[in-house]
Amino acid sequence: MKRALAGVVAWAMVGTLLVPTAWASLGSDSASVEADRVKMQGTLQSRTSEAFTVHEIQVATGTAVREYVSPAGKVFAVTWNGPFHPDLRQLLGAYYDQYVQAVQAQRASRRGHGPVTIQENGLVVQIAGHPRSFSGRAYVTSMVPSNIHLDDLQ
Amino acid sequence: MKSSRQKNRRLAFFAAAAAAAVLTLGTSGCGSSGSAKSSTVTGGGGGGNGGGGGGAAVANTQTITVNTGPAASPPTNEPFVNGAFTSVKVCAPGTSTCQTVSGILVDTGSAGLRILSSALTVQLPQQTNSAGNPIVECLQFLDSITWGPVEMADVTLAGEVAKSLPVQVIGTAQFPNIPMACSSSGPPKEDLAGLGANGLLGVGNFAQDCGTACTVTGPANPGLYYACPASGCAVTEESVANQVKNPVALFETDNNGVVIQLPAVTGAEASVSGTMTFGIGTQSDNALGSATVFTIDPNTGDFTTTFKNTTVDKAFLDTGSNGIFFLTSSVTGLPECTDMPFFYCPTMTQSLSAVTKGSNGATMTVNFTVANADSLTANVNNAALQGLAGPISGLFDWGLPFFYGRTVFVAIEGKSTPGGTGPFWAF
Repeated sequence: MKRALAGVVAWAMVGTLLVPTAWASLGSDSASVEADRVKMQGTLQSRTSEAFTVHEIQVATGTAVREYVSPAGKVFAVTWNGPFHPDLRQLLGAYYDQYVQAVQAQRASRRGHGPVTIQENGLVVQIAGHPRSFSGRAYVTSMVPSNIHLDDLQ
Repeated sequence: MKSSRQKNRRLAFFAAAAAAAVLTLGTSGCGSSGSAKSSTVTGGGGGGNGGGGGGAAVANTQTITVNTGPAASPPTNEPFVNGAFTSVKVCAPGTSTCQTVSGILVDTGSAGLRILSSALTVQLPQQTNSAGNPIVECLQFLDSITWGPVEMADVTLAGEVAKSLPVQVIGTAQFPNIPMACSSSGPPKEDLAGLGANGLLGVGNFAQDCGTACTVTGPANPGLYYACPASGCAVTEESVANQVKNPVALFETDNNGVVIQLPAVTGAEASVSGTMTFGIGTQSDNALGSATVFTIDPNTGDFTTTFKNTTVDKAFLDTGSNGIFFLTSSVTGLPECTDMPFFYCPTMTQSLSAVTKGSNGATMTVNFTVANADSLTANVNNAALQGLAGPISGLFDWGLPFFYGRTVFVAIEGKSTPGGTGPFWAF
């Protein structure tokens, strides 16, 4: 999966190309990536393939955040890996409250602790790992370009 | 007592982070600020049965039980499955003012003891920093955070004592306002219904819950520890010594890890009991024997697991996960349950295998089963469910069903054992 992507994309520093905006992220315009970088106090690298552009934010806490932007200019997916969660309210943006409500609604049938798998109303959120090693991914199904294989998003 | 706390202000983060604050333990005793609990002396008890060690050795074994847990009863009515519960005895440091708390979930996926305020009657001293301000923690779990003060306790498990152990008390009335930066990592688990247990006993590979990351100031600090003066909470640095700790690491003896033993389970059973034994190779009852040692990444606590042709390096053993969660339907060919997409629902129980590999190169083929979760969970009185499993992309979370019928050693980072220095797993 990672290999397939690496073959068709090239990393390039951006940084000044994007204009900061207010509160944003999943489901928002690509400009919201810079707002996330500022909020998370990270460094940003971006790369573009035919199918999408990936912006990777290296957060100072050691966690890596990736935001996937479609040719239509929308952040259709976000992923993260690292010892601590990134600011999920910032990263999931307008979808954060839906995520929180879905987690709480699922509790009774979940019957214990384990990874998060939310699939509802077009929002998919998966969070797994344990303290000191978390990973997660979230996407909005209606915004995912049709030629993307979701397992490619890491 | 601080009854009103304002939400964290982001600007305060930097101010607080810049201010050096060498923490001092809460030595001011039971009269320290921040606690309105009544003190109850229940004494005695301990957490379990006698140890198997010979001679004058410390009793190092206590019972763990897989049952529906303390939240199964009214009014919460939320029965847990595949959770191993035990009891802990907590005392105000240096006193005989103690309480035995049952319904504590044994969790090899985290480090440190966390107890619901609602389950705690004994009054424990608050940890404070050099300015006398209370320290409050925001620990991140997968789908949630726990928020509450760091308090000091002498904690007894079997015959082992961790003296002056920093523990987290969850959901206290003294610190009701969760800072925005904390609640941005997920919703809080702050009561019995949310946690499904009276507390968590983190006895994993790490000696404390954060490590050096929390000792720094500025944006590299992940924001797990807060100083909370009356004016409001702000992220603070917390020395490794003062962080919430794996109690086993503080025992005088038998402090290099734990051994989890549970009986084999077939299908769905109401309840099973096993043991948690402290120390690895320190007494006659905790020898490694023929177990294979798998060293793990010292930063992440993970090793490698290969299923069919897919290898993931985010694999771990976790009694705190209630199933075996691995890969996705597209890789495993196992269908998700239509009503519960977080579990697998094959029509017939599948016998599968995967290969675990440590960073030391040790490998083993592990056989496991995946059963239909709808069938397994149909009778809500059954708590021990062999074959409960579910999907998760890119990971292999060996939850409690992995432990059924096995003896699993969990070695703590930096601790010497006859199998080498931790962190490692052996089974």
